[in-house]
Amino acid sequence: MTDTSNSGPVLAADGRPLKASLNRALRRQKLRAMLLIAPLLIFIMITFVVPIGQMLFRSVENQIVSDVLPRTTQMLVEWDASSGDAPDNTVFAALTKDLMVAVEKKQHTRLGSRLNYETTGVSSLFRKSGRKVDDMGEGYTDQFVALDPTWADPVFWADLMEAPSAADALPQTTDAYNAFASTIISEDEKDPRAEQPWHTVYLSLHQDLTADPAADVSGLPAEVAAAQAVAGGFASEDLAASYIKIDKDWGTVETWQTIQTYSPKFTNGYFLNAVDMQKSPDGAEWRPEDQQIYLTLFVRTMIMSMTITISCILLGYPVAWLLANLPMRQANLLMILVLLPFWTSLLVRTSAWKVLLQQQGVINDIVVWLGLVADDNRLALINNATGTIIAMTHILLPFMILPLYSVMKTIPPAYLRAAKSLGATNWTAFWRVYFPQSVPGIGAGSILVFILSIGYYITPEIVGGTKGVFISNRIAYHISSSLNWGLAAALGAILLAVVLLLYWAYDRIVGIDNVKLGG
Amino acid sequence: MKLTTTLMASTAMVMAGTSAFADAHMASEMTIVSWGGAYSASQKAAYHDPYSEANGVTIVNDESSAEAVAKLRAMSEAGNVTWDVVDVVAADAIRLCDEGLALEIDFDTQLANGDDGSTASEDFGDLLVSDCFIPQIVYSTTAGYRTDLVGDTPPTSICAMFDLEAYPGMRSLEKRPINNMEWALLCDGVAKADVYDVLETEAGQSQAFAKLDTIKDNVVWWSAGADTPQLLADGEVIMGTTYNGRLFALIEEQNQPVGMLWDAQVFDLDGWIIPTGLSPEREARALDYVKFATDTQRLADQAMYISYGPARASSAPLVGQHATLGIDMAQHMPTDPENAKNTFLYNYEWWADYRDDLDAKFQAWLSQ
Amino acid sequence: MVNSTFPVANVGTSCFSPCIERGLSHQSQGELGLTNTKSETAFVEFERVQKSYDGEKLVVKDLNLAMPKGEFLTMLGPSGSGKTTCLMMLAGFETATHGEIRLDGVSINHIPPHKRGIGMVFQNYALFPHMTVAENLSFPLEVRKMGKSVREEKVMRALGMVQMQDFAGRRPTQLSGGQQQRIALARALVFEPELVLMDEPLGALDKQLRETLQFEITHLAHELGITVVYVTHDQTEALTMSDRVAVFDDGRIQQLAPPDELYESPKNSFVAQFIGENNTLDGVVQEIKGNTCIVKLDSGDIIDAIPVNVSAVGERTKVSIRPERVEFDKSRLQDGAHTLKAEVLEFIYMGDIFRTRLRVAGIDDFVIKSRNAPDQTRLIPGQQIEIGWLAEDCRALDA
Repeated sequence: MTDTSNSGPVLAADGRPLKASLNRALRRQKLRAMLLIAPLLIFIMITFVVPIGQMLFRSVENQIVSDVLPRTTQMLVEWDASSGDAPDNTVFAALTKDLMVAVEKKQHTRLGSRLNYETTGVSSLFRKSGRKVDDMGEGYTDQFVALDPTWADPVFWADLMEAPSAADALPQTTDAYNAFASTIISEDEKDPRAEQPWHTVYLSLHQDLTADPAADVSGLPAEVAAAQAVAGGFASEDLAASYIKIDKDWGTVETWQTIQTYSPKFTNGYFLNAVDMQKSPDGAEWRPEDQQIYLTLFVRTMIMSMTITISCILLGYPVAWLLANLPMRQANLLMILVLLPFWTSLLVRTSAWKVLLQQQGVINDIVVWLGLVADDNRLALINNATGTIIAMTHILLPFMILPLYSVMKTIPPAYLRAAKSLGATNWTAFWRVYFPQSVPGIGAGSILVFILSIGYYITPEIVGGTKGVFISNRIAYHISSSLNWGLAAALGAILLAVVLLLYWAYDRIVGIDNVKLGG
Repeated sequence: MKLTTTLMASTAMVMAGTSAFADAHMASEMTIVSWGGAYSASQKAAYHDPYSEANGVTIVNDESSAEAVAKLRAMSEAGNVTWDVVDVVAADAIRLCDEGLALEIDFDTQLANGDDGSTASEDFGDLLVSDCFIPQIVYSTTAGYRTDLVGDTPPTSICAMFDLEAYPGMRSLEKRPINNMEWALLCDGVAKADVYDVLETEAGQSQAFAKLDTIKDNVVWWSAGADTPQLLADGEVIMGTTYNGRLFALIEEQNQPVGMLWDAQVFDLDGWIIPTGLSPEREARALDYVKFATDTQRLADQAMYISYGPARASSAPLVGQHATLGIDMAQHMPTDPENAKNTFLYNYEWWADYRDDLDAKFQAWLSQ
Repeated sequence: MVNSTFPVANVGTSCFSPCIERGLSHQSQGELGLTNTKSETAFVEFERVQKSYDGEKLVVKDLNLAMPKGEFLTMLGPSGSGKTTCLMMLAGFETATHGEIRLDGVSINHIPPHKRGIGMVFQNYALFPHMTVAENLSFPLEVRKMGKSVREEKVMRALGMVQMQDFAGRRPTQLSGGQQQRIALARALVFEPELVLMDEPLGALDKQLRETLQFEITHLAHELGITVVYVTHDQTEALTMSDRVAVFDDGRIQQLAPPDELYESPKNSFVAQFIGENNTLDGVVQEIKGNTCIVKLDSGDIIDAIPVNVSAVGERTKVSIRPERVEFDKSRLQDGAHTLKAEVLEFIYMGDIFRTRLRVAGIDDFVIKSRNAPDQTRLIPGQQIEIGWLAEDCRALDA
């Protein structure tokens, strides 16, 4: 009996397994705990996780090309860039149909901006072409209408396109007409039954009728069959030539290659850009040297942030120690001084740094007056990396001092006394006994300062000159100025990954449980 | 979508659209975004106050123009545009227009005619650089120099910037390729008309960078318009570029020993755009406001407060005296014939194409 | 039992570094030789020591104290009485405002704490949390630059003294309070100091553990022949552990005496009240006859006492009688002894003793204790009795 009861699960008084009973008893408690944290959880999800997720998604998202140019990108799949020739007229016809819709929806310039990040000149290429695209295919319209004025009748068109066999007999025409109809409804709020179709519809009709001159159009009005009979003899329009007339770039392989390369809905192009590489027909390759900047900036950001963190430790440690050991009244005064940078506006701080650090500034005046440096050889303390380090150390010092202080406050003075009573000198007592116990504070402060400093961009922009700017300055530029959010997101994602990597390394080396913000 | 359903939906939508417009009345509150500081103050005095007085509209000022493009894009993506009228520079307006974030304007029907009877498009002329952009002022990026630090022969040409022998010392330039690349080529012997053609080529870009290389060690790069005035005032640099209005304030209001160099100054435009995606009431209000604020008299009024030239040709004769200093403002306008003897026209279209590429190259060059 | 708890560890009383350090300071402070002769037998000596923190109030007032080598001396007193300050001055963490502290005849006023070679056990143990038990113990040896093998041997020996050999690899936070206390003790002893200071070391422990450790500490101290200065505010601890107890109050030593003397013959009313339970009656000295006196209480009753702190007739006095010395059985009293009328208010059965509260001479908290013996009378509340005592048990002290 005892044996079996020992080997089986322990049962509660009612005969259920004890574990299940316990779980049931705890469920209510867990539910209540869940409810208590729910507001914060939802808040964090909405304000933090979702936006970051969206931003990360942008770094690979590239739907705009295939959304705006659905027909063109499909046609381009078969085009071979290595042939050295621009695509033929069928691709240009598809481009015309796509552009016609895009212009109405004002999407072509957006697409131009997007592709201009990859190839210079595409922005104006699309803008210019957008203005002229509604003339493309006019020749076909004229020829159909000349053949039979009924082709200019919107109602005839609407009825034709509603015929059941239209989609089978005239697939491209139906497609082009649907694009026309839905676009003018949604963009212009016009009635397709009152508007003559775009030239692209006639262009498509010509394509349909000439693609298979023997196609069965019996289910359609007689005008179609009549047109079918003569369409082969229509003067065809050289769309490619018309486009190249608008901008010679349409005739270059490079332009089309860019569209082809960026056709997929997702791209690693932004990430390649973010590490100074680019997509090419042969896969990824390094950018030309005169455009490489991001790796340099990543490395510089890391090195300078570490320098800032170390200077914060060196300057903050004694101050935190004083704070933790001075009598309350003096400690409070010192604490106010420590927090002063928080309460000063950026403008005041910036002016102060300039007054202090510039070549004709206070510090230089003093060292020149003291004869430490020559008047014509003043120190460059601002508008370079030194300026950034000085200013950032100043701003971030409280983030080092506060965790250090709160950790030091919990180290009883008895430890130092004990060490001294055991025969340790002041230095040994500090280094062997006090310092190891303050390491969690250094860890917390360093993580705070480091992570904050890699994200700072306003201060480096102001005092960093050219050699003191961070990767975050470029991120800010791409967010607010160039609007290249995909690249900004890729840079941000890499930065996030680097931080996580460093965090992981820190955990492995120091141990993350060895980080304390206080008590 | 099936065609029949499309057609049926169309009728419904057209109906709904018409009725919405029929009921349209204008919003009674609007948010206007601008640059802040003296510039916003001049707009408030010249436009906002008279407009809200006449129409009983509450105008909320927002000083976010520096981030307008990014913020508008974010607002538009979130589907909640809270701005009604936004003051931006022309390049940003082009970008916003390209992105479909700014409303296209029919200048002749939606803006006031000039006092001289010209239509709006005649009156603004070449300054209408984008379909979405209503120009307000012409400003120029130009150079100023310390009269006491440049020796006996004050500079008369922008090329003094590149002449370290005649004018040793530090100079300040804006931390971006725009303007600097053009000046570098101009001072390297390229004819004004050919600058952009040359800059389009790899060789031309290298030539510009090579010219900038000669002074690279002597340049403080600025990113805020207030930087150069401060650097000049403190004697950190002997010459530097900034907006002409900043130099005017430095010279005339703060009486600093600084001279203005009216040579190869680059004209640029600042003006209004109206965001897309506003409700009909708000859009109507915004259009009403810009029609009022960009008429001949209003544009001339703004010049009483700040030394930027009105964008309408018809406003020029109406420019009077500075509101507090009492000096004649016409001679301080970048558009004044005396000042505009040798100007450089900024090519918006060109920069829209080359900005991304050259900016990357410029930043790489800076960090070398 | 005693032997099994404390395997006799051969730590010995020979010293190394403390002696060397003291020797050095001898040379550097030669003029101190003059004061050396003051008290030949004293190992620790306070002479006219005063201490003030704020320059306005003296925390320690004119302290004089001499301890022979090997003595276990306890400083006992209420908080704020100056006892801990004295200990800190001896350890070197506070400097005396005035006066001289000598160790083995040498003034240590200007010797920094780490050169004094004094072991110390702190109130909350002060074990270094980032080191293991062995590392904690090894620390004082490391700073004395001892070799690794010597260190290991000494550490294990010290752990052996407190029976904690199995815990060498643990961290202090993984130990119970009593275990931490033992480690703290071992750490204070591992470098073989001749003088060990203990600052309320057992304050945080429960009663039973405290009693065990009290016994262990005294035993170990005597075993090793070390001199101990022990600070506590617990009088039982002071009485059970010490060779002598210094009772502190108001910055002065009120009485310095062995435990029994302190209890039996308190020199003043503070000591009488502070040590053990005590009944106090206020009155006026009416007559002094050699080593006895008659006191007229405020209630008008007359009692016998021995004069301790009173010298003149008419002086006010506090008369102190221990509860266990009060008799209510007339047959046990001397003939002619004065007695007092009393009413029983409360009877408390405490197992080994009975505790009875009486109303005597107008006060309600007069307590008597009687042994629980077969023939003992159990008093009943409301009962009227007469109490008395031997004159020598009743001490007339200062008012």
